Amino acid sequence: MARAVTTQRKLAFTIIAWTVGLTLFFPVLWTILTSFKTEGEAIATPPTFFFFDWTLENYVEVQERSNYLRHAMNSVVISVGSTLLGLLVAIPAAWSMAFSPTKRTKDILMWMLSTKMLPAVGVLMPIYLMCQWLGLLDSLVALVAILMLMNLPIIVWMLYTYFKEIPGDILEAARMDGASLGKEIIYVLTPMAVPGIASTLLLNIILAWNEAFWTLNLTASKAAPLTAFIASYSSPEGLFWAKLSAASTLAIAPILVMGWFSQKQLVRGLTFGAVK
Amino acid sequence: MGAITLEKVTKSFGDVSVIPGVDLEIAEGEFVVFVGPSGCGKSTLLRLIAGLEDVTSGTIKIDGVDATGTSPAKRGLAMVFQSYALYPHMSVYKNIAFPLKMAGVDEATIKQKVESAAATLNLTNYLDRRPGQLSGGQRQRVAIGRAIVREPAAFLFDEPLSNLDAALRVNMRLEISELHNSLATTMIYVTHDQVEAMTMADKIVVLHDGYIEQVGSPLELYRNPANVFVAGFIGSPKMNLLEGAAAAKYDAHTIGIRPEHIELSTEGGEWSGVVGVAEHLGSDTFLHVNVDNIGLVTARVNGEFGVRHGDRVWVTPPADRLYRFGADGLAL
Repeated sequence: MARAVTTQRKLAFTIIAWTVGLTLFFPVLWTILTSFKTEGEAIATPPTFFFFDWTLENYVEVQERSNYLRHAMNSVVISVGSTLLGLLVAIPAAWSMAFSPTKRTKDILMWMLSTKMLPAVGVLMPIYLMCQWLGLLDSLVALVAILMLMNLPIIVWMLYTYFKEIPGDILEAARMDGASLGKEIIYVLTPMAVPGIASTLLLNIILAWNEAFWTLNLTASKAAPLTAFIASYSSPEGLFWAKLSAASTLAIAPILVMGWFSQKQLVRGLTFGAVK
Repeated sequence: MGAITLEKVTKSFGDVSVIPGVDLEIAEGEFVVFVGPSGCGKSTLLRLIAGLEDVTSGTIKIDGVDATGTSPAKRGLAMVFQSYALYPHMSVYKNIAFPLKMAGVDEATIKQKVESAAATLNLTNYLDRRPGQLSGGQRQRVAIGRAIVREPAAFLFDEPLSNLDAALRVNMRLEISELHNSLATTMIYVTHDQVEAMTMADKIVVLHDGYIEQVGSPLELYRNPANVFVAGFIGSPKMNLLEGAAAAKYDAHTIGIRPEHIELSTEGGEWSGVVGVAEHLGSDTFLHVNVDNIGLVTARVNGEFGVRHGDRVWVTPPADRLYRFGADGLAL
């Protein structure tokens, strides 16, 4: 009896899990499918699912109309650059909070996180004007710096939780062994925190890759990443669903592939400390 | 190399005073043990000497030079931690080599020193392993190896044996004593185990609530405890401390009798009592005797002494080995 109940429950959970999973994945699947349709078929009612004339014309046209590779390169520079810069700043910050906390450390962490609760548009004007004055509109440098700052609270928080798991004794041993603060961080803390740093790196690359608000508002053409590339297809001439889908597919493909291969690391990273 | 002096050292964490004021001289080459119950400040004192904590006030001198504000890396001391604190991502070789690498020693010298330390500590076959692949005793040896190679002015041990099982602890105790004999370097060793303190130390520092209760050689502390606390702490089983009428007879507030000095007889003596729990160790037996009108008294007798639970026995305190303490706890 107990066994039967377990099987039924298992079945129910499996169905629920698949339903939720497919519902979440459906828009992505639909985008990919639409990208292989003609414009006519893309807006057909009722919509066609798998049985349509598969075509690559959207991809060809998208590639002709805009330079995918340049946008992709910009996306790589912005996401990887902002993440690496963020790690450079966040590792010492998280070190000091984890291993040399003061009475105010928790408050500082909360304050940092609270900045993420502020709607980005609230600071759009000042940041836009600052970029304008500094001549940094439509520049990769500005985007790397801004996205780094936007994601810094998350990077510091994630690293802080990883560092908290590292026994303080080991760092003290390094100090006794004659390591300066810099060497202690480079030779002992960082190698021990590699799994955590890797998950932080992956997650932040994804966040920065998908970031659309700042990349759309602060770029025009030169520094425009893939988000701007997609947006350019929801254009004044009317909506071209198939081409928009092809552009979207091209934009999400690299990060989807990266996410697929690093999913173990990501899940571990996001649940680290929470599940033991 | 290796003389350490503490002058009026105090340490507070916020409003809590952990070390209210300590003066201590540690001579070059001495094996000094800080002993006391948990929370007595012994580990804090060691960490102050190491530089891992900053003193609130006072001065720490190493070889006559004021080191109070010096960073731990520059004090020239080596520490062995209770948790071993090995670097889990490095091989045994790299763990032992780490302090040398930090000091900028050349590769050839590092290799030679690591190999010689590994040979001393029986670690030669494990140099390629990671700490996770070693047993507790081997990890402890790696931690010691890491301390030896830098040829420090003094070794600091923070309860290094408390994570080992009993048999291994006895072995490591011997190895550390042996190491002290061969290196003749100052060693400061923190433990809550008075057996470790008695067997290893040249000099024991008994700490209680951040105060030094007494400093002396193991036998000095055993024979002439300065106060009730030291009397009760040094010696195993614990000294019997009796108050009231029993003590008044000897013109003292408290009298102390070591279990091994009690004369026990089945025929007659000064106090009469009933045997409670008997702990048989083979060579010796610890008898917990419920003495009439006085209370529980522990006696250490020969393992052959034939009494059983519930038997009536007579306890006689030895006149020449009786400790007398005043109302303030100090020895009279």
